[in-house]
Amino acid sequence: MTKSSTVDERVRTASIFQKILRRPEFGAFLGAVAIFILFASTDTTGNFAGPGGIAGWTDIAAPIGIVGISVALLMIAGEFDLSTGVMVGTTGLLVGMMVTELGMNIWLAIFIALLFAAVVGFINGYVVVKTKLPSFIVTLATFFVLKGANMAYTKFVTGSVRVTGTDKAEGFDSAAAIFASTFGSDNFQISLLWWLGLTIVATLVLTRTRFGNWIFAVGGDANAARNAGVPVDRTKIILFMYTAISAALVGIMFVLRLKGMQAGQGVGQEFYYIIAAAVGGTLLTGGAGSAIGAAIGALIMGMAYIGIPFSRWDSDWTSTFLGIILFTAVLINLYIGRKAKGGKK
Amino acid sequence: MSSKNALELKNVEKSFGSVIALQNVSVAVEKGSVTCILGDNGAGKSTLIKVLSGVHKPSKGEYLLDGVPVEFNSPRDALANGIATVFQDLATIPLMSVWRNFFLGNEIRTQVGPFKVLNVKKMKEITKEQLLAMGIDLRDVNQPIGTLSGGERQSVAIARSVYFGAKVLILDEPTSALGVRQSGIVLKYVLAAKDRGVSVVFITHNPHHAHLVGDRFYLLNRGQMIKRFDRDTVQLEELTKAMAGGAELEALTHEINVVRK
Repeated sequence: MTKSSTVDERVRTASIFQKILRRPEFGAFLGAVAIFILFASTDTTGNFAGPGGIAGWTDIAAPIGIVGISVALLMIAGEFDLSTGVMVGTTGLLVGMMVTELGMNIWLAIFIALLFAAVVGFINGYVVVKTKLPSFIVTLATFFVLKGANMAYTKFVTGSVRVTGTDKAEGFDSAAAIFASTFGSDNFQISLLWWLGLTIVATLVLTRTRFGNWIFAVGGDANAARNAGVPVDRTKIILFMYTAISAALVGIMFVLRLKGMQAGQGVGQEFYYIIAAAVGGTLLTGGAGSAIGAAIGALIMGMAYIGIPFSRWDSDWTSTFLGIILFTAVLINLYIGRKAKGGKK
Repeated sequence: MSSKNALELKNVEKSFGSVIALQNVSVAVEKGSVTCILGDNGAGKSTLIKVLSGVHKPSKGEYLLDGVPVEFNSPRDALANGIATVFQDLATIPLMSVWRNFFLGNEIRTQVGPFKVLNVKKMKEITKEQLLAMGIDLRDVNQPIGTLSGGERQSVAIARSVYFGAKVLILDEPTSALGVRQSGIVLKYVLAAKDRGVSVVFITHNPHHAHLVGDRFYLLNRGQMIKRFDRDTVQLEELTKAMAGGAELEALTHEINVVRK
């Protein structure tokens, strides 16, 4: 017995460093610090690191983070959702049309939009688990179906490619206060609070609940999880519903804030969500990742979007910059992951 | 209504369309013993495991649990009745920590306000304690189970089944992918499980491993039980020879000797 206790102590002292390294968001955290230093030092406006600058980049980061976290959870469970970006547009347009064309109370419209997203998410998940087709293909199909529908339906109903005038709807002020208001003298967006809140909730769910345990298990090895009695299909379907609902939440925020919605809104955003998750240390093959990581990934993107024009770089290169960050971050995560596992495998 | 057999198959047949995978197979697993089922590739071992673990229902014959006829619809169903199966590759999730693997599907939770939250501390303690009780001394139950060796992983899976009240433990070729030392570790835990009153069904194609731990041996060939040995009456050589097909092996030896000349 004395032998085992000495072995334990040796591990405990060595594991403090190992523990930090083993956090999946460690690489993203380092990246965020590096990007912050980069833009804070090249900044020409003197605002990047100030409250105004922070309000700016968190405004960009919050919607990416809100959906990115849900996408990270789904990716940990081993699936993709490419229909999240277009869902932002679909639900925003839905709310806009219901209040402007039908004169509906905006709260009811918001409820219906969330319900609609839940149904689409359920269909995505159900089709994936029943047909066993790759979710990449299934949600790509959903993406295109919704993209076309957004354009065609908006033109059919409004005669143009946008919905406007949602601010005249009944209940708009109270809804806008919750989903699209600002706070503080530097106009921080309320979406920042939603983002932080959801990061905390998702982290607790992932690490401290049975459902979180199942998410890791399902993505790690679905067969082994099934043998252990984990309801694999149900877990995946719930996560598809969560990604769709989180996209709807962002859609609702946009339609309230912009007082209207473009038919093409959100398309292409799905990649930003996936980048946030991947930069944050989520394994694309499933089984590992974190919500905090995805939140940090979103933060990095927000900093790049604001930092590039603040540093007077050509902002046409923003996507290129993000592409390099994505690749570098995934490489670093891979390296750290191997280190943390300690040689074996 | 108590039987001396924990589990028994009587004249079981399993066919898939016109293919008969198992024919007239009878197995009796005595309580608290290790029953080995030996067979070469294609002998029907996999089908037998699937019948025992509840994946397949027998086409004919009886499945008795503690003397009572039963019918299982799924492995989950069998598990609920105390029959746990440790599959060769499908037992653990490599990227998850040892304690998360140990409690997967049986998580301990405590009520915190309106929510049920994982009791991480307790689960880590129990994992450590249970593994130690089986003689597995892990340094850190937090490490991903993929960092353990194959033998250790099988051992954790065995310890998990024992802890969650398995009365019968079915092991699907637990040593086939392992080296000599690693196999030794697993065999040790097979006996540890037996000492704790678990009836073990050990399926293997290795007569050496079987002979080390088995109390009773069944020989499966071409879907039929061709021989049964008991520990006190069988020698390893006899087991090996029977396993390799006795006369067939002699014929093969002769052929090879001809080629070598």
